[in-house]
Amino acid sequence: MPNNPLAFMQVNREKLPQRPPASRQHDWDYIGEPLAAHRQSMPKQASRCMDCGVPFCQSSYGCPVENLIPDWNALVTQSRWREALTSLHATNNFPEFTGFLCPAPCESACVLNRENAPVAIRDIELQIIEQGFSSGWVAAQAPPVLRPRSVAIVGSGPAGLAAAQQLRRMGYGVTVFERGAKPGGLLRYGIPDFKMPKLVLDRRIAQLVAEGVLFRCGVTVGTEVKLSDLRASFDAVCLAIGAEQMRDLDIPGRELGGVIQAMPYLSGQNRVLNGEKEAMDIDAAGKTVAVIGGGDTASDCIATALRQGAKKVYEFSVIDQAPTERSKSNPWPQWPAVFKSSYAHEEGCKRVWAVTATHLEGEAGQVKRIHTTKSGTVTGSTASDQPSLAVDLVILAIGFTGVSQLFLADHPDLNIRPNGTLALDSNKMTSLPGVFAAGDAARGASLIVWAIAEGRQVAANIANFLESSSFQGQSKPDFSSLPGEFTHCTV
Amino acid sequence: MTLAVTSDTPIEDHRLIGHQPEAQGLYDPRFERDGCGIGALVHIKGERSHSLVQKALLMLTNLRHRGAQGHDAATGDGAGIILQIPHHLFSAELMLAGVLLPAPGDYAVGMVFLPRDDQTATAILTLFQTQCQRLGLDWLGQRLVPVDPAYLGQAGAAKAPWIVQIFIGRGSHTSSSAFTRSLFLARRLLEKELQLSPALQQYADDVHIASLSAQTIVYKGLLLPEQLPHYYLDLSDPRLTSALAAVHSRFSTNTFPAWKLAHPFHRLCHNGEINTIRGNLNWMQAREKVLAAELFGDFGAEILPLIRPHQSDSACLDDAVELLMLTGRSITEALQVLIPEAWQKNTWLDQARRAHAEYNATLMEPWDGPAAVCFTDGTIIGATLDRNGLRPCRYTITHDDLVILASETGVLPVPSDQIKTLGRLRPGEMLVIDTKQGQILHDRDLKNAAAKGPSYRHWLQSLLLPLVDIVDAKSPPSAKGLDLARLQTAFGITQEELTKVLAPMALSGEEAISSMGDDTPLAVLSGQARPLFDYFKQQFAQVTNPAIDALREDMVMSLTMYLGAKGSLTTPPSPRAHLIKSEHPVLTPGEVQFLRQHPSLATSSLSLLFDVASGPNGLHEALEKLLNLAVRAAENKAGLLILSDRGVTTKQAAIPSLLAVSAVHHHLIKLGLRSHCDLIVESGEVRSPHHLACLIAHGAAAVHPYMAFASIETLCLDVDNYDGLDAGTASTNYLKAMTKGLSKILSKMGISTLQSYCGSQLFEAIGLGSELMQQYFPATPGRLSGMTLLDLAQETLRRHANAFLPGPEAAKQLPPFGGLLHYRPHGEAHAWAPETIALLQEATRSGKSQAFARYSDHANATNAAPTMLRHLLAPITSAQPTPLNEVEAASLIVRRFTTGAMSLGAISKESHETLAIAMNRMASKSNTGEGGEDPARFTPLANGDSRSSAIKQIASGRFGVTINYLVHAEELQIKIAQGAKPGEGGQLPGHKVDAEIARLRYSTPGVQLISPPPHHDIYSIEDLAQLIFDLKNANPAARISVKLVAEAGIGAIAVGVVKAGAHKILVSGDGGGTGAAPITSLKHAGAPWEMGLAEVHQTLLLNHLRDRVVLETDGQLRTGRDVVIAAMLGADEFGFSTAPLVAQGCIMMRKCHLNTCPVGIATQDPLLRAKFTGQPEHVVNFFFLVAEEVRNLMASIGVTRVADLVGQTQWLEQKQLPKAHKAHSIDLSKLLFKPVPGAILAADFTPFQPDDYDATLLAQCQPALINGTQVVLSRKITNAQRSTGTLVSGEIARRFGAAGLPDGSISLRFEGSAGQSFGAFLAGGISLYLAGAANDYVGKGLSGGRIVIAPSRHPGFGHDPQVLIGNTTLYGATSGSLFIAGIAGERFAVRNSGALAVVEGIGDHGCEYMTGGVAVILGPVGRNFGAGMSGGVAFVLDSDGLFHLRCNTAMIDFTRMSDEGGPADSVLLKQIITRHFGHTQSFKAQLLLSNWEWHLQRFVRVTPKKEKQVSTAQPFVLSSVRPQRREALTHA
Repeated sequence: MPNNPLAFMQVNREKLPQRPPASRQHDWDYIGEPLAAHRQSMPKQASRCMDCGVPFCQSSYGCPVENLIPDWNALVTQSRWREALTSLHATNNFPEFTGFLCPAPCESACVLNRENAPVAIRDIELQIIEQGFSSGWVAAQAPPVLRPRSVAIVGSGPAGLAAAQQLRRMGYGVTVFERGAKPGGLLRYGIPDFKMPKLVLDRRIAQLVAEGVLFRCGVTVGTEVKLSDLRASFDAVCLAIGAEQMRDLDIPGRELGGVIQAMPYLSGQNRVLNGEKEAMDIDAAGKTVAVIGGGDTASDCIATALRQGAKKVYEFSVIDQAPTERSKSNPWPQWPAVFKSSYAHEEGCKRVWAVTATHLEGEAGQVKRIHTTKSGTVTGSTASDQPSLAVDLVILAIGFTGVSQLFLADHPDLNIRPNGTLALDSNKMTSLPGVFAAGDAARGASLIVWAIAEGRQVAANIANFLESSSFQGQSKPDFSSLPGEFTHCTV
Repeated sequence: MTLAVTSDTPIEDHRLIGHQPEAQGLYDPRFERDGCGIGALVHIKGERSHSLVQKALLMLTNLRHRGAQGHDAATGDGAGIILQIPHHLFSAELMLAGVLLPAPGDYAVGMVFLPRDDQTATAILTLFQTQCQRLGLDWLGQRLVPVDPAYLGQAGAAKAPWIVQIFIGRGSHTSSSAFTRSLFLARRLLEKELQLSPALQQYADDVHIASLSAQTIVYKGLLLPEQLPHYYLDLSDPRLTSALAAVHSRFSTNTFPAWKLAHPFHRLCHNGEINTIRGNLNWMQAREKVLAAELFGDFGAEILPLIRPHQSDSACLDDAVELLMLTGRSITEALQVLIPEAWQKNTWLDQARRAHAEYNATLMEPWDGPAAVCFTDGTIIGATLDRNGLRPCRYTITHDDLVILASETGVLPVPSDQIKTLGRLRPGEMLVIDTKQGQILHDRDLKNAAAKGPSYRHWLQSLLLPLVDIVDAKSPPSAKGLDLARLQTAFGITQEELTKVLAPMALSGEEAISSMGDDTPLAVLSGQARPLFDYFKQQFAQVTNPAIDALREDMVMSLTMYLGAKGSLTTPPSPRAHLIKSEHPVLTPGEVQFLRQHPSLATSSLSLLFDVASGPNGLHEALEKLLNLAVRAAENKAGLLILSDRGVTTKQAAIPSLLAVSAVHHHLIKLGLRSHCDLIVESGEVRSPHHLACLIAHGAAAVHPYMAFASIETLCLDVDNYDGLDAGTASTNYLKAMTKGLSKILSKMGISTLQSYCGSQLFEAIGLGSELMQQYFPATPGRLSGMTLLDLAQETLRRHANAFLPGPEAAKQLPPFGGLLHYRPHGEAHAWAPETIALLQEATRSGKSQAFARYSDHANATNAAPTMLRHLLAPITSAQPTPLNEVEAASLIVRRFTTGAMSLGAISKESHETLAIAMNRMASKSNTGEGGEDPARFTPLANGDSRSSAIKQIASGRFGVTINYLVHAEELQIKIAQGAKPGEGGQLPGHKVDAEIARLRYSTPGVQLISPPPHHDIYSIEDLAQLIFDLKNANPAARISVKLVAEAGIGAIAVGVVKAGAHKILVSGDGGGTGAAPITSLKHAGAPWEMGLAEVHQTLLLNHLRDRVVLETDGQLRTGRDVVIAAMLGADEFGFSTAPLVAQGCIMMRKCHLNTCPVGIATQDPLLRAKFTGQPEHVVNFFFLVAEEVRNLMASIGVTRVADLVGQTQWLEQKQLPKAHKAHSIDLSKLLFKPVPGAILAADFTPFQPDDYDATLLAQCQPALINGTQVVLSRKITNAQRSTGTLVSGEIARRFGAAGLPDGSISLRFEGSAGQSFGAFLAGGISLYLAGAANDYVGKGLSGGRIVIAPSRHPGFGHDPQVLIGNTTLYGATSGSLFIAGIAGERFAVRNSGALAVVEGIGDHGCEYMTGGVAVILGPVGRNFGAGMSGGVAFVLDSDGLFHLRCNTAMIDFTRMSDEGGPADSVLLKQIITRHFGHTQSFKAQLLLSNWEWHLQRFVRVTPKKEKQVSTAQPFVLSSVRPQRREALTHA
């Protein structure tokens, strides 16, 4: 039946409920309530979608993978979950990753967000895919034809996985090289379990494996395997190696113990929980923690620290607290620069606005105090009135500056853009013929949804490259010349 | 004897008889139209007299206002008369030349127009003589017709031919039928020989045989009616006598009419047009080889084509009548075949008559279109109307045995004591006077007699296999075995179409609705592989003939088709050759199976598949093969050819079905094989009514859309999805929606029968190359050239490849999304994309030109592929740009801007008033739309802002169009058509009609309002002239504009509109917005404004009329660049609608039709309206930003004023597209054609000067206006006095507003026959009393006044009510009263919304679309009473107890007065009838009142269904009439 066109007036936006902060912040389990229990409310939420003539959720202001949002909203409204899943998968290989993790620019661009109550698009997406998995609808799709061309993909984050799946489904031989013990990249080592359980990743990897994607884990390309070897052995290579170069804080005291980068901190905790590691190198238990940075990574560090048993957590933001309402120069459908609280903030941390750390003071080589000043660029009244604070642990979550310098050092023939990402032509090919790039390595640190979009795009580019009449390559990957053993990765 | 003819008329021009210009630019003479007045006069007993001729000529003069003049006021569009041969005159005249004429009947007279050159004329006559000799005819002599050229206008004189009468004896011909046949042959052979003669062929078009007959003669020319008798001296000669005459006064849509285009033709004169002429000609061509051989033996082949090309549709009809008469039919039978009445759904007809009509239908498709035809064979004379009665015809029978038949009553003044009967022709009715038998033959007698002959019923029983009887149409279709998603992709069916087009059809049986305009590219500019159907735009009726309301007037529509070999016109059908009778052209799987397998049907299936491997060239090969197979099948007597694209696979793609069917159709016509078989298309491509219409208009007789059925079946698989809809019901619903949609497409063009639509080619192709068009779609207009067959093949293969390419989504569970309706990334391009909207809102809120520049780049596709025709054009920048400060100010430029007609109702009060305030601040103009306007808005606000829309629209619903509304306008805009859905009406759903809107529209809250597809007072160009005249009388200071929609042929329409007196023409593009329209209309009807505007501009220039009119254009204008290009293509003014709405906050939700607009614009929901955030400043910012962009462009071109840009196409060039683009060969040079060099003069506005008659009346009414003194006047009146009372009413409204004057202030008494629009927009306080009769449109827009019409009392007149008024009474009346002591024509009280009316009998469609007021009908009513009636009440005296068979119960209920209604109703009814008697002294009223209680029982009370539910318990006075009107009613 045609959906109720006035539902957006009659039904209130409801988000999937999370467990109360007090109860969740002592375990590593998923912060949300069980999804299946709330699935029946989704048709009503989906009915709020107005099926806009011009759906801004699908515009450049909205979803990067151009999810067919109004269409699967309509299907969910009618509880046509299976068709909704087909529609969702048509644009997004891994809707569960985005369903759990995406900041949802689709929702900020949603026409209903003009009044700050967008359709709960991300929740609906998540419920579609979870319904799909629980119903057994997400099966491996064997390629209809096999093509005698091979592609090596370096990195198994969302970009690498998306490229791998797309290329495999086109029938190419696809081998994914992953430095870590298991595939997933940041999805496995960066994202805390309580945001997305590892099971979610594992079942998807299993699907890729079943479709015939080969994973070679524990191999670092650049050191253990040379890029030149991959180029010699494969018809094309895709670098989905992320933008791992962490921005650092160049202030006195940086060298003190207890001043650490966010990524090793988060991946350490992930490895411990995965069983890859016995214990954390630095644990926040009983400590006063300062997280510097105000993004999603900072939030993940806050929540991790709380779960480790931190005594108190501060978050230092260089920017002023955003207004609660949009400013005139920031109209819908632009991304709203307004004050937001993350799940981690709800769990408990003191947010300090508009400050810059000036130096760190220590004792016995361990950080003990952080000194700050008002940020130069802001005049905000919310700036801290305490120029210094006693802390035991400082975590830097202040972003990334491009592709890992280590990797680049090994590959001087790869051209780099000023922002540290790989220089690409319009076909996403690097300065090395046959070597493509996607994801953060191509566009700098960004959203998972962008990584998936990039992976899909590069797959199409690689296919064009492989199918073009001018292509000349080896017909089969020559594994024999490569060191090590290449087998299916078991997950 | 010598054949030399001499004359002293100097030779001025060898191109004598007059020509229309050749096709040039976008002008094409084939689109010329005309309208007119006709009349006939006859002495019933056949008494010949010269005075009869003189009277007929007087009638002609009195029809003058129905004809027109060109730029030269002394040259008419044409006038003529047909008479019996004046034997006495000719025998005396010829005697002088030494020729003795034989007895009457034994010789024929030819009236021949010849080039004005001795030698040539002589040579032509010699050639003629040779042909006569060949045929055994005697050439007796000739006579130069005496003329007086002093009476000719300049243009008429320049083109005057020599006119010669030739006299031909019957020679060897013993029977008169053989004589007639040879005369016909002689004419045709001469015409053919002229074309073949090397010396004379250049004159072939200049020779015209106006008549050649032993019975009749035609005098006609490029003359004004009053010039005719002065020009032809014979006509004043007392020896010229006749017992009958038919006259014609022409109004053509050009100023270069030719002599030969004047009527009458050989047998008839015609007021109307044949909409289906292209199809009729094709079908005649299809059957002519056989027919010509049967009729003319060896000569047959020589005179083909039987219907001569390159002549007017009326002349073609005349040819067809002659041919049918040569088959042995009488002239009345011939006309019954060609212009049949609407017999299909008329249950009142007896069986024999129906059978006769159906028998005729199996032989020939109707020549469909508005028609009043006067015809004569010299012995009988008569008239007939088309099936829908779209032209008026009134008649008077006198006591001295005269019958006067004419477009208007009163054209021949008859003393009232001589009048025996006043009557009118009903739709489809024929009236004949047989002078030999001396009697009048009425329709019933004539047609029943004709039906008697052979046993038509028996023939039909053995001939016809009705499809409904033999196949269970509900047999469920099967998607089984189809690789559905792949095939959907291959045929271009998208997810969007499945859910937004097909699913609604399957669910509701209605076409899907959408809103806002079409902002997607033309198919040829699209990056998508679009189906061939998308290149074809539907044509539609505007001005020269009306669209039909297929919904409310379904009784005239018929989709019946007879499938199989066509029967012979000369011999009775053979029962062995079966015909399949299908009620509609959509075949179900079961039906197509039946046709395929039926043993006696000789069906042949032809495959439309071709090998993908053969590449694009394979399409041509496959077509050739298909044509050969079709020829072979037709030669082998296959009666049905099924063209099928079943079996598409990876390896086999489908030929586009439209291409295939048109190719086969035309190929078989060319080879003379087309009448052997019918074509059936079985195609997976077909799913919408547009597709169906394309196929049928190009030759298909029936269509099986198998993928649509399969897709619908699949949609229904999951029972929960669509409310448990089962596949059978869904398919039935789909069928219903398809056929309804098809009816609508036909009716848009004013066509009622599918039989005549078949092959009519009523489409325009845009973007297809001329070679492709000429070869496969000959005569379908395709003016911009474009794609070749190879391009088309590539596109077909691309779509095919999309489906079969292996890819990641290999399973292909769903076809591609689409994006033709709603924006989708990677779907079809939309001009209003998210970025465009966001940037425009940013720009208009901030007023920042940088943001606007970025918006403009998006909207102009600066860095993207072109999506609009204008993107293919680029202004040429000057080497010496003008400094910006020298360019005229933006504040002057914005005065040329208007906002489009968006009604309060379509949009919210807030949005509507914001637009008005903004436009008034800039001295620009906003438009009311068709919802009226609150009079409170006529008073400015305290801050000086005005909410009054400068432009007040008059649309077909006439909502709120009162005299007060009219006088408060600067411009009055007659909306003929709307870009989003030309040829269609509209509906405001009940949920949008709140109390406020109901108040302004004079209707009932919550009840839906219908705007009819046509204006019921504009069925022809002369009607438009009349409405313009009405409006000028109402408000002499207002500019009158007419809104048209671009389509091929709009240029000719525009010329007609200018000649009808409009000051301004608005050319709307096809992309224009709408509150609601069926998707097929939104997407497929009309052409881009670029084409329409250029055609109008060029055609007006060619006609020397451009300086009489202002041109405006609109339809998705968005930027300054758009404005500059529009100006260069000819526009003076520019309309915007969507863009200012976006500036107000519209985000193109396309939800207007649902009332759920979340930004408070297109909604009446108070909660949503509260969300409106638009400000006048945003709109003002928008227009100034546009104007600044215009200024910058003007500076770069090097001009300073917009006026200097108008029509200056030399500063435009076409951008070249890359070779790979499918539009690379599109050619816009016709758009840029400049027929006249130099600047375009701006049209000056001069206020209207009223006729003396009206001006005098106004002057004499001044005492009432100035100091309230009662005014009582008496006057004689004739039909030349039109819009009587309107001028005075305008003055009253200006002074006293809506209230008018107190009742009784002005009483005007008239005697005679009033002209059209008697009492139009009559204001309160005026009463018109007419003793006599009146014509059409009495009480149009009645605004409080009173009109009383009663016959002059004379003993001979009898007591029976006579026809006193014409058609379309009280159209859009809002208050006041009307008392008619007689009968009215069709559409009495149409769209009445508040007036009280009493009448003693009415024609068809009474109280149609009525929304308020009271109608009391004291006599017989026609059919289809109360169609679309949503308000008010009617009391009908149901004398024969059969009222229930005459009303359309879709919207109304009726109850006997005895059953319910209560005493209040009875009392009121009696009061009204008592008043009626008081005003008119009506016999009928007297009779009823004399035995009131008994008569009361026989009344029925008619109310709309909805309203009844609201107020069952209350008598109507309380429920249906608003309080302020109640008093007026009871005191009326």
